[in-house]
Amino acid sequence: MPRDPNNPRALPEQSEWTFDLIEQAHEEIRRVAKKFGLDTYPNQLEVITAEQMMDAYTSVGMPVSYNHWSFGKHFLSTEKSYRRGQMGLAYEIVINSNPCIAYLMEENSLTMQALVIAHAAYGHNSFFKGNYLFRTWTDADAIVDYMVFAKNYIAECEQRHGIDAVEELLDSCHALQNYGVDRYKRPAKLSVAQEQNRQKEREEYIQSQVNELWRTLPRREEAQKDAAAPPRFPAEPEENLLYFIEKYAPLLEPWQRELVRITRKISQYFYPQRQTQVMNEGWATFWHYTILHELHKEGIVGDGFMLEFLQSHTNVVFQPAATSPYYSGINPYALGFAMMTDIKRICENPTDEDRAWFPDIAGSDWLKTLDFAMRNFKDESFIAQYLSPKLIRDFHFFAVLDDDRSDKLTISAIHDEAGYRYVRQQLAEQYNLGNREPNIQVWQVNTRDDRALTLRHTQFQRRPLNQQAHEVLKHVARLWGFDVRLETVDPSGRVVSSLECRREKRARY
Amino acid sequence: MTYLIDRRLQGKNKSAVNRERFLRRYKAQIKDAVGRAIKGRSITDIENGEKVSIPVKDVNEPRFGHAHGGVWETVNPGNTEYQKGDQFNRPRGGGGGAGRGKAGNSEQTTEDDFIFELSREEFMNYFFEDLELPNMIKTQLTQVVEFKNQRAGYNISGTPSNIHVLRSLRGALGRRIAVGGPSRKQLTALEHELRELREQGAEDDDPQVLELKHKIHHLHTRLLAIPFIDPIDLRYSNRIKIPKPSTAAVMFCIMDVSGSMDESRKDTAKRFFILLYLFLKRVYEKIEVVFIRHHTAAAEVDENEFFHSRESGGTVVSSALHMLNKIVSERYSNGDWNSYVAQASDGDNWDNDSVLCKQILNSQIMPRVQYYTYVEITDGPPQNLWEQYTEVAATHQNFAMQKIVTPADIYPVFRELFKKQPK
Repeated sequence: MPRDPNNPRALPEQSEWTFDLIEQAHEEIRRVAKKFGLDTYPNQLEVITAEQMMDAYTSVGMPVSYNHWSFGKHFLSTEKSYRRGQMGLAYEIVINSNPCIAYLMEENSLTMQALVIAHAAYGHNSFFKGNYLFRTWTDADAIVDYMVFAKNYIAECEQRHGIDAVEELLDSCHALQNYGVDRYKRPAKLSVAQEQNRQKEREEYIQSQVNELWRTLPRREEAQKDAAAPPRFPAEPEENLLYFIEKYAPLLEPWQRELVRITRKISQYFYPQRQTQVMNEGWATFWHYTILHELHKEGIVGDGFMLEFLQSHTNVVFQPAATSPYYSGINPYALGFAMMTDIKRICENPTDEDRAWFPDIAGSDWLKTLDFAMRNFKDESFIAQYLSPKLIRDFHFFAVLDDDRSDKLTISAIHDEAGYRYVRQQLAEQYNLGNREPNIQVWQVNTRDDRALTLRHTQFQRRPLNQQAHEVLKHVARLWGFDVRLETVDPSGRVVSSLECRREKRARY
Repeated sequence: MTYLIDRRLQGKNKSAVNRERFLRRYKAQIKDAVGRAIKGRSITDIENGEKVSIPVKDVNEPRFGHAHGGVWETVNPGNTEYQKGDQFNRPRGGGGGAGRGKAGNSEQTTEDDFIFELSREEFMNYFFEDLELPNMIKTQLTQVVEFKNQRAGYNISGTPSNIHVLRSLRGALGRRIAVGGPSRKQLTALEHELRELREQGAEDDDPQVLELKHKIHHLHTRLLAIPFIDPIDLRYSNRIKIPKPSTAAVMFCIMDVSGSMDESRKDTAKRFFILLYLFLKRVYEKIEVVFIRHHTAAAEVDENEFFHSRESGGTVVSSALHMLNKIVSERYSNGDWNSYVAQASDGDNWDNDSVLCKQILNSQIMPRVQYYTYVEITDGPPQNLWEQYTEVAATHQNFAMQKIVTPADIYPVFRELFKKQPK
């Protein structure tokens, strides 16, 4: 239905936005979102300029962040490609905080602002609030405060210990940032006040623990008793390298441990986002599509508005084929949006095939089913659960097996009856972060002799480490303060190769 | 509850610190890159040069990741031809195929340079780093002869011509209110009392009334005695003298245009002049440039003629120095001007003229100029002019000379000429 000029709530047909119009559009979107039962944090919409958007880009999408050269590097390259027109800026950045902060860029038209509000302030926002990973691992109430604390603390360290010392340490922490995540243990809630109060306490406590571990004057009787078989340390392998370093690295000063902790916390905060790309974008795209269509149906927005919206929507969900020169992997927006839409279709108009594959959801209430899917899955399990044969056909998915022991690539499955389950399984695996990143854990510390730290890389599918591994190892050695070894073991536990980084003997600084 | 916040006016350079950190960390590489950029292109467009690239391996942030190898099984969209079990060769050269589904792990990106843009200001700063205008600070401190007057608030003493009327009258008004306040209050009270007495029917000759009238009269007189304006009300505009730094420089370009100076030598000389000009421009607000060319006779010319007209014949350097001396004393002799001289030549001169040059320099020119630079564009052995100039350089600190062979030498020579002076 075209825009109804008699409707008092209709938005004017113009591309210029004003604050009043944004308020009005937002009000309509909020009403529709509520009708669909989207549960969100309160919204805080902020209008910013393109430069500010670039700033926001570079500080890892946080409204505040500490200073580091790598953010400057990111900024320079963003700025360069933006200035040359090689790249448009993202339309939106949304921050998983309470209230949820969404940025609206000044240059955007009214249509685009409405799109962003629906996408970010209702789509992403409700995902942040609802998805189990975010509920478990992130603390939207405290993150902005925590970043302020981190920024101030690091600035203070720079004053006390010099920019170079802080920068070196942060470099090393950033190199290990993906290994600063607890995958199974739930982290404690963040709170600035507690952080500050406990920080001193923690510094002293940790130092005393470390001292105990590294005491150089062993008690005589113990030394004799244990001489034969020193206890294994750590007793169990530790997957969170930064955590291990923070707690046990022998030579770190208390402030350095605090910095390790800060980078670890930030990494942990972003961990759910890395695991839910397809779902998160799919969910947000699905809702901006649904909400704006609803507004059109009600006659609040006109055909011109819809055409502009649909043009950018189709750009966002475009998926080039693997043979296309534009192909650069699967577009998470495309896959996510297609899956969300498909779930709705299965609920509303199931085919016989759907009834066979998804007996639980075929014909059920689509709002409830989608909400359940949003809340209880991550990319990997979401795809394993909901990717339908129809979508596999629509995308013409096919699996290619590349084994370095054979000279040829093999097509292992395509979008046919025999291949559906296999393709779905493979695609889900592809989104398993545990497979995508090398599995590296703290294996052992030689507590009795040279204090060397041994890490173990357990090979997945015989994949080798990249060439940067040695560089990263240098960073580990810098944090650890002594020799570091990295052993690569095959699934049977046999060491197939190893890297080593020796630390120069030196006085404690 | 929704908030709509306009953040556009808030600081847009949140990343400035990070940017500066980046530049700080890679200072050495950026300086190299700036050096390369300067060498690689004509110095005339030096001020536009802003793009800088440094090798990506230097700015790389290492992370653990998988390299290609082992087993990779990837799902891709857009199958058009394949059936299960089809086999085909690995795509070569990593084109579209090798990156399939593993873009995050590709190490091919490491081969490129990391390219970014420096602002013009930053670029020039790197360009001029470690260079310092010789003795400039000294000159500024010792040669300040000019002052300028500047307003600096108000003063309670001064000359009558500086009286600030508004301020003075405002002060007077304030004083009158302050001083007359108690009396005026008393007066009002007394008048009120008098009125009440009258209303109660008191006669004019009532002693109370008489006394009140007397008091009121007394207060009136007192109030009238408060002066309308008093010497303490006067305020004078205050002006102070502040030293005015001299911000004007004149740069003399002297070039030998005799037959032995060919186009390429002139071109080299030109780059040298431009570099000096750029440098001076950073320090002085206003720079005048005077071009003097010479063969056996010297002439003051405009820039175009200076660089592009050809002459032939012999060389008498002293003719140019005479002319320089004349121009300095006629036009730039007062203290406002900082004079810089850049001379370029191929080193040829008439034998007995070089001694004369030395004398002119020592006795007349050197005391008047801030700095004198001489570049000899030649690959031959030093001739008599070079030898005589060496003697000048020995006695004057603000005289510098260098030899240039190819255009590529200019930048290092320039640095040598203006290297930081020990203070």
